Amino acid sequence: MSKIYQEIQKRILVLDGAMGTMLQQYKFTEEDFRGERFKDYASPLQGNNDLLSITQPEAVKEVHRKYFLAGADIVETNTFSGTTIAMADYQMEDLVYELNYQSAKIAKEVAQEITTKEPHKPRFVAGSIGPTNRTASMSPDVNDPGYRAVTFNDLRIAYKQQTEALLDGGVDLLLVETVFDTLNAKAALFAIEEVKDERKIDIPIMVSGTITDASGRTLSGQTAEAFLISVSHIPLLSVGFNCALGANLLQPHLESIASKTDFAISAHPNAGLPNAFGEYDETPEEMAAQIEEYLKKNLINIIGGCCGTTPNHITAIANVAAKYEPRSMVASL
Amino acid sequence: MSREQNRYMRLSGLEPLIITPESNFINVGERTNVAGSRKFLRLIKEEKFDEALEIARHQVDGGAQILDVNMDDGLIDGKEAMIRFLNLIAAEPDICRIPIMIDSSKWEIIEAGLQVAQGKCVVNSISLKEGEEKFIWEAKQIKRYGAAVIIMAFDEVGQADNYQRRIEIAERSYRVLVDKVGFPAEDIIFDLNIFPVATGMDEHKRNAIDFIEATRWVRQNLPHVSVSGGVSNVSFSFRGNDGVREAMHSVFLYYAIQAGMNIGIVNPALLEVYDNIPKDLLERVEDVILDRRDDATERLLDFAETVKGSKVEKGVDLTWREGTIQERITHGLVKGIDAFIVEDAEEARLGVEKPLHVIEGHLMTGMNVVGDLFGSGKMFLPQVVKSARVMKKAVAYLNPFIEAEKGEKQQAIGKILMATVKGDVHDIGKNIVSVVLGCNNYQIIDLGVMVPPEKIIETAKKENVDAIGLSGLITPSLDEMVYLAKEMEHQNFEVPLLIGGATTSKAHTAVKIDTQYKNAVVHVNDASRAVTVVGDLLNENTNKAYTDKLKQDYSEFREKFLKRGKTKDYISIEEARERKFKIDWETSHIFKPNELGVQTLEQLSLKELVPYIDWSPFFRSWDLHGRYPDILTDKVVGEQASSLFNDAQEMLKEIITKQALKAKAIFGLFEANSINDDDISISKKGKEVAIFRTLRQQLKKREGKPSFALADFIAPKESQQQDYMGAFCTAIFGADELAAKYKEKDDDYNAIMAQALADRFAEAFAEYLHHRVRTKHWGYAASENLTNDDFIKENYKGIRPAPGYPACPDHLEKETIWRLLNVEEQIGVTLTESLAMWPAAAVSGYYFANEQASYFGLGKITDDQVRDFAHRKGITLDKARKWLHPTIADN
Repeated sequence: MSKIYQEIQKRILVLDGAMGTMLQQYKFTEEDFRGERFKDYASPLQGNNDLLSITQPEAVKEVHRKYFLAGADIVETNTFSGTTIAMADYQMEDLVYELNYQSAKIAKEVAQEITTKEPHKPRFVAGSIGPTNRTASMSPDVNDPGYRAVTFNDLRIAYKQQTEALLDGGVDLLLVETVFDTLNAKAALFAIEEVKDERKIDIPIMVSGTITDASGRTLSGQTAEAFLISVSHIPLLSVGFNCALGANLLQPHLESIASKTDFAISAHPNAGLPNAFGEYDETPEEMAAQIEEYLKKNLINIIGGCCGTTPNHITAIANVAAKYEPRSMVASL
Repeated sequence: MSREQNRYMRLSGLEPLIITPESNFINVGERTNVAGSRKFLRLIKEEKFDEALEIARHQVDGGAQILDVNMDDGLIDGKEAMIRFLNLIAAEPDICRIPIMIDSSKWEIIEAGLQVAQGKCVVNSISLKEGEEKFIWEAKQIKRYGAAVIIMAFDEVGQADNYQRRIEIAERSYRVLVDKVGFPAEDIIFDLNIFPVATGMDEHKRNAIDFIEATRWVRQNLPHVSVSGGVSNVSFSFRGNDGVREAMHSVFLYYAIQAGMNIGIVNPALLEVYDNIPKDLLERVEDVILDRRDDATERLLDFAETVKGSKVEKGVDLTWREGTIQERITHGLVKGIDAFIVEDAEEARLGVEKPLHVIEGHLMTGMNVVGDLFGSGKMFLPQVVKSARVMKKAVAYLNPFIEAEKGEKQQAIGKILMATVKGDVHDIGKNIVSVVLGCNNYQIIDLGVMVPPEKIIETAKKENVDAIGLSGLITPSLDEMVYLAKEMEHQNFEVPLLIGGATTSKAHTAVKIDTQYKNAVVHVNDASRAVTVVGDLLNENTNKAYTDKLKQDYSEFREKFLKRGKTKDYISIEEARERKFKIDWETSHIFKPNELGVQTLEQLSLKELVPYIDWSPFFRSWDLHGRYPDILTDKVVGEQASSLFNDAQEMLKEIITKQALKAKAIFGLFEANSINDDDISISKKGKEVAIFRTLRQQLKKREGKPSFALADFIAPKESQQQDYMGAFCTAIFGADELAAKYKEKDDDYNAIMAQALADRFAEAFAEYLHHRVRTKHWGYAASENLTNDDFIKENYKGIRPAPGYPACPDHLEKETIWRLLNVEEQIGVTLTESLAMWPAAAVSGYYFANEQASYFGLGKITDDQVRDFAHRKGITLDKARKWLHPTIADN
């Protein structure tokens, strides 16, 4: 059984912060994204952050390292868009296996490097499984509400491939995240179960939904509790929320699920709400102060950051998290 | 908290449904089942999915907590139908808030359903019928998809039809599911087969009591499970006698629920309250259900003869449905209820000689009541538009019958052409007037927006219309109206000309339009007046007198107005410049913008704009006058305003969730200095890129009162101070498409609502953007902390005047803004030939940041300024006169 089950009983685990925000600081150009290997690739590649695991692996590793050193117990692989569905934008469907494999591998290398230095605090790698850019339960066409741009089976097949590559690359757990359409997440969970079955393995799974706005619902319309019920058929390590909202706005939704599940509870909010230009202004101190409110209420087992957060945010969050006990869980785990 | 104590079945749609021991009986909606509802089957066969959705909605509204969907029919592609229907349900938040029960005997249909539902569903059903292997495989799949499951009491041998078989199969199924599959016991529901009783056959006698006893055993011996069943089966032999059936259902449920049945497929319309069942009937029904006497069936059959019909309807107050056909139709029209109108129209049609008589008789009688109530101020515009929606629905239903009879058409009392004039795109008011006239039996020919005069003239001739209505919101439209009046005169028209729209006025109509056309010209600026005015104009008896009176009235008004105009004094433009508003540029604080240059916003969620909405103008667009929120509790219009506001909130929610509208904006902040008194030179890094021309007040004022121009708020070049200014455009896309969708469904009410909301969003966006600019991008008011009320009252520093509005009534400068920001290319907002913005829900203007900048009205200007303006701008005097026309003083 994964060591993480022991660690999560002992303390609040800290997840890393934003990968995209950190990579932006390198100001990589089209050439940098392409590297030597893709210099003649037909479509533009700038903005394909996942590709940087292959073309700029040192930068990605550096980000992982910074987060670990900032206090993170778990870092997420740089694979948020690592499915054939999301990679279709760059015509890089064929590269999906390698992207996930490499991303997992380099993250794991950094995790091992730091764990060797600090054996009392083992570091973990979570394979990040994003929502893709399509929704299985909503129509992109206002005039045809019955239309779907992607099916459950499309998603299941794509997620299965991503899962296999992440596992081959050595991840310690899987994180199905930024779930704005629960049906997409259910397809991912279905695929993971298939892989578990075929390989006769068990692997901890985290699921993190996204409450898109003040209505308190996911983009696909579910309340926090309905979302929880819809993903609870799979034995999970944790369930929680990330992205879209800042820490303070996430609190009521965490409260509404924390009392209704035996799974661990996770949260990785944004650094506040974006301003009109998509920038996040919240400082590490401001964010950590808001997060402290959850911790005081004993709501949390895993805490981290999403859009706009940096190693400084994670340090501030880790410092606060160290002061509190984790939310108590039933021993049945 | 331990899971063992808390093993409740948890289901979900958009919202959770948790079934605990304390839960009341869970009612499954059963009408969306092709096997159980002939109507639903027909709708699915004919692919009328919209209507099929209404059945689903009706079930949810009626209190169903789970929705059973079944598409098992030999003549339809069940898998496709299941996918299509569940996908459509997913787009209806008021339906898909409850969990779905995917009901099929075919695995491929069940799986297809599971693949399109995001919530935790119930599968109905699987069983051991085809052996353990298949059962296990299906159960594993269901678990992986995350659904609960109904297990039929059915095995390799057949369906369980007695107590012993029921409990045997249930126990075996339970053990396989829990022990071999690891299926959560709380997600198992047993359907122990409800079969008919009182069939006359001895082997059916114990059907009900065996079910009840088996239920008791299952709930006691198989932990955490639920028990369900289709209740109406039990009374199958009494089809046609609803009185007895209802009693049988109630009695059956009374005992089955006590035994532990907690979920059921029940038609709530076929259920009597147990305590209300007459004692003698109750006794006989209980004898049958509980198998208490050998002659129970005979005794109930004999008694059944005396039990006829059904009890009164339940739920909402539908007593009005008991009135005469005319009363019902009138009620539906007055209250705006469209649920029964087709049914009523059909009933009325069967009672008259020709279908047209229903329109001319029943419906017009009802609409006359609406008209009277509206005229006497007892009904308000939103209600009337809702009435029109009901009317249209009835007419749409009747039309095919009328056409089938051929030749004869509904005789409208008049034909009216409506158009928004060339260059103008605003049509909410025109649409409202059209609807109100339309439901008063006028035929409306609506030519839409931006209609060239030739087309209006041509259509009016071809259609032989009885009146022409023109609408416009921006000032250049006034000239279009004058032009059209001239053309009508020129071509010897005789029909009345109606003028309306925000920019129009009685004064302009009397002075400029009425004089061009010798027949009736009338300014009608609210919809409630339109009906009476048109009625008087088209009535052969009153027409002449009314027109004469109108002409007389306008002529007197004109005289008075012109006299009053002449009493005003103006000063020359030179003198006005002398008296300009002077800011001390030595001491005035100029704040350099944080972010110079042009930026666009296209990703903003409409939700963010909601707090910035100023609702008062929204009510005005519906002819409800008052200040929000006080208007909601107003003694006279409060109820209507609240109802309208609720409908608006509904649509707002839908617009936001479906992203039916899209907000886009562009703005720029630039270096600026005023030059030559009245112009503002805009530059980028010291290089001039545009010049804004501003107009200066010329009305003579008291000594010491300045004559303002916008240029006064910008430091002049001579001051040697670098000043700044901004320009912006916000727009809401998609309103037309949304309105068209509603119009297609004959729903003018929501079509108008969609446009009115889009307008509010555009204004709110301008407010939002100004706020962001003040606090961030320009940043001169970074610390401002204002409430929404403050925004509406404009309690902030700096102004955002818009071309076409009082401080700068001249629309021409929009072209300069468009060039400077590259508006059209960047966000797709275009300008018409009259310089109206398209889409219509758009706002553009300037930003001035100086703390002494304030809004003012230009008032009228005189010819010397017009000449000077033409010269400065490098346009012909004619062009300048044309565009500044409404602003030029008459003398």
